[in-house]
Amino acid sequence: MIGKTLKELGAALAARQVSSVELTQLYLDRIARLNPEINAFITVDAEKSLAQAGAADARLAAGDAGPLTGIPIAQKDIFCAQGWRTTCGSKMLDNFVSPYDATVIGKFDAAGAVNLGKTNMDEFAMGSSNETSYFGAVKNPWDVKRVPGGSSGGSAAAVAALMAPAATGTDTGGSIRQPAALCNLTGLKPTYGVVSRWGMIAFASSLDQAGPMARSAEDCALMLNVMAGFDDKDSTSLERATEDYTRDLEKPLAGLKIGLPKEFYGEGCDAGVMTAVQEAIAEYRKLGAETIEVSLPNMQHGVAAYYVIAPAEASSNLSRFDGVRYGYRAADYGDLDDMYRKSRAQGFGAEVKRRILIGTYVLSHGYYDAYYLQAQRIRRLIANDFVEAFKRCDVIMGPTSPCTAFGLGEKSADPVQMYLSDIYTIAVNLAGLPGMSIPCGFAGGLPVGLQLIGDYFAEARLLNAAHRYQQATGWHLRKPGE
Amino acid sequence: MSLTLEQVRRVAHLARLDISEAEAQTTLGHLNGIFTLIEAMQAVDTKGIEPMAHAQDVAQRLREDRVSEENRREAFQAVAPETEAGLYLVPKVIE
Repeated sequence: MIGKTLKELGAALAARQVSSVELTQLYLDRIARLNPEINAFITVDAEKSLAQAGAADARLAAGDAGPLTGIPIAQKDIFCAQGWRTTCGSKMLDNFVSPYDATVIGKFDAAGAVNLGKTNMDEFAMGSSNETSYFGAVKNPWDVKRVPGGSSGGSAAAVAALMAPAATGTDTGGSIRQPAALCNLTGLKPTYGVVSRWGMIAFASSLDQAGPMARSAEDCALMLNVMAGFDDKDSTSLERATEDYTRDLEKPLAGLKIGLPKEFYGEGCDAGVMTAVQEAIAEYRKLGAETIEVSLPNMQHGVAAYYVIAPAEASSNLSRFDGVRYGYRAADYGDLDDMYRKSRAQGFGAEVKRRILIGTYVLSHGYYDAYYLQAQRIRRLIANDFVEAFKRCDVIMGPTSPCTAFGLGEKSADPVQMYLSDIYTIAVNLAGLPGMSIPCGFAGGLPVGLQLIGDYFAEARLLNAAHRYQQATGWHLRKPGE
Repeated sequence: MSLTLEQVRRVAHLARLDISEAEAQTTLGHLNGIFTLIEAMQAVDTKGIEPMAHAQDVAQRLREDRVSEENRREAFQAVAPETEAGLYLVPKVIE
């Protein structure tokens, strides 16, 4: 059962070849064996998971099962889950047991999926290597001396090491797509507003979006069917008709117009990554797609604009952590102000503090126009570039990350180097578009990800393009150590 | 542009983050590196461009003003550092 796709596991459960309790136990055993080295999970609670599995078995026996009923799925520790410790990778929430469920968690529960545990992540999702976690770095199962990417690095490593059949992630600047690329997974960041953010601990609210991380596009479609949908508890959730994201998976690709932005194919990308991406594009041509050059001239300013907007929103969102209502409170303090300052200084790690300081600075008196408004104007220019590009093509393709998995500690001393890891993914969040990363080959023995970007609400089309490629190639089936 | 140590201390104060001298020094170096990256943005001509605050151009939903949530004070206060009689305790603010 270990290593099977969600589709295959669903069939095995439906045919009663395995029970959900047996399946969950198999994965729990594997986590117990591998997690001490990989560190992909922050919290595992076998009792809770097995109780959910038992309930799923009852549903399966009663004929009341959906596609994910009984399947264990790992949840990024950014999602509040009632009765589960929910840390967001931070000392600030080390002792926080959530009194309520995030909408995403509630939807998986309603679908009968089993919560397999809470995965490690960069602290408050701020990082591209999973090294900023208070609970320690996560190792890449393809090479344990390397990072799995971030911020959804625990989710990526858990699925890559076959400790979970699939996991959830969140993506503010590339945090689903980049770790998916570095760990040979398929990951999807939906259009902003498609998946509810309620109960998902906020980093940058106008950019954050949750999505699936799995071993195939088909599995991502099955998960998105559960995760997506309007939620009146999230004021930015979009009221749209329910979609079946699997509906177009098998559609032939003949006539698909692929846009290749020249900015993705210039300098700044490792040669091995570029070779794998070019070969994937050639494979798409074989499948009947046409390619045209497009341009995203303002994309080059994306990283700068992002590092104003995201920290600005973060500094505001993270002001709620004050040591009063929940989370860490310093042991010794004087007056109320001293309690705030000490609790926050001791509860947050260095990268989080850095971003709070950047955000506070760019929003402070006298700097707002020069930084925050200028960044928002550039955000508009970037979004407009995509609008122009999508007049000429259906899907945009390029590398997900400029490099393969880098060494632990290699970039952690220099924040700017780390920030540039997301150079190809950030523009997609600024525009609010859907984006995917799919495995497309190897460079130096390490996985390479191909990024697919779609127009607003084009998730089904992206999944179709990814699925057909995965039918024709086998990169996504490769597992570490094979 | 280059930040000064005084500015770092001021911003840390605004963000309610205690910062030691050594931390302020290291932070100053990192922030100046990051702002060098950010400054490149100033060269972009954005005259007449409407700032984009959000990915979707939709209006805020309104709802009826009615009670929709039940009172779960005990569950929510169970995770608080210090409570008494249903209240959150903090150091005395008014003498």
